Amino acid sequence: MKQEWPLWEVFIRGQHGLSHRHVGSLHAPDAEMAVKNARDVYTRRNEGVSIWVVEANNIAASSPSDKGPLYEPSESKVYRHPTFFDIPDDVGAM
Amino acid sequence: MAETDAFMQFLLRMGDNTLILGHRVSEWCGHAPVLEEDIALANTALDLIGQTQMWLGLAAEVQGEGRTADDLAFRRDVWDFRNVLLVEMPNGDFGQTLMRQFLFDAWHSILLNRLQSSTDTRVAAIAEKALKEVTYHLERSGDTVIGLGDGTEESHQRMQAALDYLWPYVGEMFASDAVDVAMVDTGIAPDPASLHSAYDQLTGRILSEATLTVPDTSFAHKGGRDGRMHTEHLGHLLTQMQWLPRAYPDAVW
Repeated sequence: MKQEWPLWEVFIRGQHGLSHRHVGSLHAPDAEMAVKNARDVYTRRNEGVSIWVVEANNIAASSPSDKGPLYEPSESKVYRHPTFFDIPDDVGAM
Repeated sequence: MAETDAFMQFLLRMGDNTLILGHRVSEWCGHAPVLEEDIALANTALDLIGQTQMWLGLAAEVQGEGRTADDLAFRRDVWDFRNVLLVEMPNGDFGQTLMRQFLFDAWHSILLNRLQSSTDTRVAAIAEKALKEVTYHLERSGDTVIGLGDGTEESHQRMQAALDYLWPYVGEMFASDAVDVAMVDTGIAPDPASLHSAYDQLTGRILSEATLTVPDTSFAHKGGRDGRMHTEHLGHLLTQMQWLPRAYPDAVW
């Protein structure tokens, strides 16, 4: 029998309007307890207004060994950055 | 009984319950079975100590002898404490701690809910603030009682043993005396007996979901809330809790 609780990744929304941010992980027997544990471990100092948890198993991640083919091609494509346009002052902050 | 005396006794009962249970729960700090539970228990203990400051602070104010909440917490002896026996019972295993917590939280949440409409606005304000914390305590302890009760064979057996051990300490929370009569007369607090049916309903629902059997007895150990006779466990707890302010009176950080 498996004795260890599964690992959960915790995401917290700090304020209304902001997106959830990954803050860390914890162990819990199920999703409901994971939210409760996240409340106790990660929001003790008023850090959040909303909590998401997802079992770490369910996260698909890119592999570090693929970083050449995945990321290097974009290094030489500066034209993908929208830095070649003159922005009129009237537009204000973008 | 003079009204002020009765009010003071009522406030001591409220504050001593949260003080003694808060201390008991804090004994788990650094010892809980997993990190997450350790932090959760410490949070609960701190909530209860925070509530103690409000109840005993008001008690000291009502008493009007220039004492503080700290004086009441650290300079009274066993026979002056007015907490129910349930909260001074030892932690036992994790299951017993959570069962004690659940049996107290259920009563606490029902009482605080009623105290929100107290005729004393200070009592109503404390109740309103504390209820938010206690609602979470109850959710957590209730879920854990269900999880462990309806868990493995061993966890079920431990939770049933905890319930059998602690159930005789439940009845005291619904006992009434002259203090309670005075509180009802002044509209400060409800008659404890009037909370019993809501309590049975709430605990019955959770305990049956936890596949646990409520012991078939109405026997109740008493003597805590009126200070007539505490268990031997309270003295040991106070020795731990009070040694520093007693050894170094008026010590400050």
